[in-house]
Amino acid sequence: MSDRLSVFKTYKLFVGGKFPRSESGRVYEVTDSKGKWLANAPLSSRKDARDAVVAARKAFGGWSGATAYNRGQILYRVAEMLEGRREQFVAEVAEAEGLSKSKAAAQVDAAIDRWVWYAGWTDKITQVVGGTNPVAGPFFNVSSPAPTGVVAVVAPQESSLLGLVSVIAPVIAGGNTVLVVASEKAPLPALSLGEVLATSDVPGGVVNILSGKAAEIFPSLAAHQDVNAIDLAGADAELAKALEVAAADNLKRVVRPQAVDWAADPGTGRLTAFLETKTVWHPTGSLGAGGSSY
Amino acid sequence: MADVTASDGALRRFLHGLPGVDPVGLEARAAALGTRSIKTTAKAYAIDLAISMIDLTTLEGADTPGKVRALCAKALNPDPTDRGTPRTAAICVYPDMVATAAGALAGSDVKVASVATAFPAGRAALPVKLADTRDAVAAGADEIDMVIDRGAFLAGRYLSVFEEIKAVKEACRREDGSAARLKVIFETGELSTYDNIRRASWLGMLAGADFIKTSTGKVAVNATPANTLLMLEAVRDFRATTGVQVGVKPAGGIRTTKDAMKFLVLVNETVGEEWLTNEWFRFGASSLLNDLLMQRQKLSTGRYSGPDYVTVD
Repeated sequence: MSDRLSVFKTYKLFVGGKFPRSESGRVYEVTDSKGKWLANAPLSSRKDARDAVVAARKAFGGWSGATAYNRGQILYRVAEMLEGRREQFVAEVAEAEGLSKSKAAAQVDAAIDRWVWYAGWTDKITQVVGGTNPVAGPFFNVSSPAPTGVVAVVAPQESSLLGLVSVIAPVIAGGNTVLVVASEKAPLPALSLGEVLATSDVPGGVVNILSGKAAEIFPSLAAHQDVNAIDLAGADAELAKALEVAAADNLKRVVRPQAVDWAADPGTGRLTAFLETKTVWHPTGSLGAGGSSY
Repeated sequence: MADVTASDGALRRFLHGLPGVDPVGLEARAAALGTRSIKTTAKAYAIDLAISMIDLTTLEGADTPGKVRALCAKALNPDPTDRGTPRTAAICVYPDMVATAAGALAGSDVKVASVATAFPAGRAALPVKLADTRDAVAAGADEIDMVIDRGAFLAGRYLSVFEEIKAVKEACRREDGSAARLKVIFETGELSTYDNIRRASWLGMLAGADFIKTSTGKVAVNATPANTLLMLEAVRDFRATTGVQVGVKPAGGIRTTKDAMKFLVLVNETVGEEWLTNEWFRFGASSLLNDLLMQRQKLSTGRYSGPDYVTVD
């Protein structure tokens, strides 16, 4: 018999850089793929979601105003921290998704690499999707991408860590802030990711992680006037339709659920989905008789 | 009660003879009343009531006539998307902006309140304070928010504070015999103890205050549930003793609907429904209104609103 008492972990939400329990006090049982109990996870309420929107909005000014280079460094720091806790995540992903240890390790490695991928993109996406436009008139015309705002995401249901990272990293890489509802049946890797983010210089509120039932809390987020975009990656067809209808009122950007191989090269699609194009007309200055000097 | 203000000694004996405040009990009571859950129709009622009790305030060195007029327009029509939204009780400005506000609010039931008496420090000679007050009243102020001389109060010169409030009350009279209502600000954050807040409340009411007000909003500690509860108890006891009803105005630091509803619960549970009108209870606030409007929109549309849908003041 062991001398030590087991130390069970209390999984908590990650909102505004803090680790609160659900305001409702509710939890639900999380089991592994064979039905064995793993832990209790918070069952978030609509109020938790609303608090997360407030936290995300508060963080938006600072995060969107940070230089792209700085954001890249912070995202790379997330990869560093995740690498340091690789073993823990391998074990959690293996339990959550019923994978062998080697397959789970491949998922975790891919998730770490995904942070590096998006860390590299933060200061390059502007050159790729922005640029100068030819216009008829004495103007410089410059377009550059700007973040959409607060983005709410339904995380993929099957891929508990790689899928999650694949949907939140592109959102924050572009300068948005995000709140994500983790996979309902496998939320533990997501809740542990909150601990990684909290130690990675990611400002509080930039990423907010909730666990619970998307069908319960997401309708109020889809209708929320202070949420600018929603990503329905993990929503089933029926829920996705209802959410898209609810999102129409304030013209939110909506990314519909689609079949994605999370292990494949992610491209820049999810990055540009949450960027708006800002175009500036800048006069070239007074034109002399000889025309512009430019 | 007349004899208690007959001399400095009598006033001191009276104020120091007031029962001591039990700080633990006071804070526990205020905290307990703050836990009430108010939902649906009661919440809708509380939100509309709170909006109607706001003294929409701008007291900045950078106030311009344009900003004051914009704030007046907001007081008259807080939510342009819903004309059923009640108006605020008043606009609260510095004396030099009173004429601008009075012009913008002419013909409406929204009052013009003006701070006076060398607000917020109150560090000026009495003639200056009285001239400040008369100017504001002459410019059209319906209500005067004066600050007490905290230095004199803390030094124990109660009678001089009393005389000063009486003099300002006199300066609130208009030529036609009517008078602006007088709100007396204690700056509770500077009074150090709850006992002092109770003494200041009685002192202000004895001197003829129509309202007693917690604070200027310019110091670190402003209105708290505990000091407001204490002042509500004072106005309740004062009416029981003298038959005169006095209003209460917490000001500063009340920013959310939830905070405002906690104060309304305090009012209802301490002094009752007679004070649940903007005649006798006010909030000194500016950003509170936007939060109330967002909550009101949530109740009427079912959607959480956001700061993009209310004005930036």
